[in-house]
Amino acid sequence: MKRTTRRRLTITGINLAVVAFVALVALTVDWGNVRANFWNPDGTTFDGGNWGDLITTGVVNTIKYTAIAFAGGLALALGLALARLSPIATLRWIATAYIEFFRGLPALIVIFFFGLGLPVAIPGWNPPGGFVGSGLIALIVVAGAYIAETLRAGIQAVPKGQAEAARSLGMSGGATMVRVVLPQAFRVVVPPLTNEFVLLIKDTALLSVIGVQIGQRELTTVARDFQSSGPTAGTATSLVQAALLYLIITIPLTQLVAWQERRQRKATR
Amino acid sequence: MSTPPSSTVPAIDVRKLCKSFGDNEVLKGVDFHVDPGQVVCVIGPSGSGKSTLLRCVNRLEEPTSGQVLVEGIDICDPETDLDQVRSRIGMVFQQFNLFPHLSVLKNLTLAQRTVRGRGKDEAVEIARRNLAKVGLSEKEDAYPAHLSGGQQQRVAIARALSMDPDMMLFDEPTSALDPELVGDVLAVMKHLASEGMTMMVVTHEMGFAREVGDHLVFMDGGVVVEEGRPASVLGEPQHERTKAFLSKVL
Repeated sequence: MKRTTRRRLTITGINLAVVAFVALVALTVDWGNVRANFWNPDGTTFDGGNWGDLITTGVVNTIKYTAIAFAGGLALALGLALARLSPIATLRWIATAYIEFFRGLPALIVIFFFGLGLPVAIPGWNPPGGFVGSGLIALIVVAGAYIAETLRAGIQAVPKGQAEAARSLGMSGGATMVRVVLPQAFRVVVPPLTNEFVLLIKDTALLSVIGVQIGQRELTTVARDFQSSGPTAGTATSLVQAALLYLIITIPLTQLVAWQERRQRKATR
Repeated sequence: MSTPPSSTVPAIDVRKLCKSFGDNEVLKGVDFHVDPGQVVCVIGPSGSGKSTLLRCVNRLEEPTSGQVLVEGIDICDPETDLDQVRSRIGMVFQQFNLFPHLSVLKNLTLAQRTVRGRGKDEAVEIARRNLAKVGLSEKEDAYPAHLSGGQQQRVAIARALSMDPDMMLFDEPTSALDPELVGDVLAVMKHLASEGMTMMVVTHEMGFAREVGDHLVFMDGGVVVEEGRPASVLGEPQHERTKAFLSKVL
């Protein structure tokens, strides 16, 4: 048998196996039950269904919390990254310890700690937004550790000659960092930062573990509430709806990252 | 041209300079000086320490021991305002090191504005004058990535000149260039020399050293082996190591 023929037969075989598997699943599944439990028409209509709360409360708050956590995390991360690259050993040590500590913990634990532990441990601990405020601080603290490593890599990716050229012109260390190194570093880190942003969108779902007021609920919390009350109570319909909404937000962003990376590869430098 | 015009203080005065990277001793007690208005070329095999010597002059490399005086100022003295001294020493790198995120004009105005505190109009005017000098006036809006190596290096020279430096350091300015682009850069440097700019040039361009240099220093193994007038060092080298090196490059 010729090699091309054998190859074609292999591909046909794989395709047939996939079709057979899909057919098997399609035949085994009880579609009526799936529809009733995962896509119950009582919740998926546009009037009287779950969409209204899911979008106007859930999606809006999810985006709001992500933006706050990302902005805060970025600012914190910039300080951490600079400290990590500092000539002063104490700063380097503190930044390294911080980053290793919070990257090594599940974000969920940190959220519990800030949301439930700190109000007990520190009398008068009452950030704006209550529990959500505490949870957001936890997300900032964790995101800062991850983004710091991304920024550090970006800063170190800028060739040493750039800082040398700036310093040889008499520019101070600070001006060199702000005017020459950081603008180039940020270009390098836009794709990984967008990835961090996507991770944060999903991490805001962790806020559902702490109690919040009704208007403060992010997407997952709203979906969870629809599991126990409303037209689709007792089904997973609202979770599937929330999942769809997450994907509508995250997939364009991950595509954006892919596009940025393609463009960066094509860039002449 | 080889005698200092007015000042008796050398532009660059290096004394017993030693520099080690870990266990690797790159400079082993170098004495070296450049008078105002002088063009001093430094040649030698790679690894001889010539670039390290040049980089010690504005303290991009930290000397291990010895002294570096720039216009009489000890650059290793903690009291010295290093940024201020550096702003008067133009430096041109082998790899150009233009700022890729800035246009040519912004490359030339950034340090003028942040270090010299010049206003925008003044900085732009000075930048344009220096771009004209290197023959690249039409490129002021271009980004470095869109320029040839030779053009980038000429922009780098114009960037250094825009600070009105008292002297210029050239670290193998043509070594990263395609052969056909070397001439333009050397022409700019020659023009600078003819205007009386004080220059220290680490180079492999023997023709430039012979034609433009007032003084030639041959380094090998971290020491100055031989120095003198370019024509005599290149024409009648006294040391075996100089002869061996020149026989390979000439």
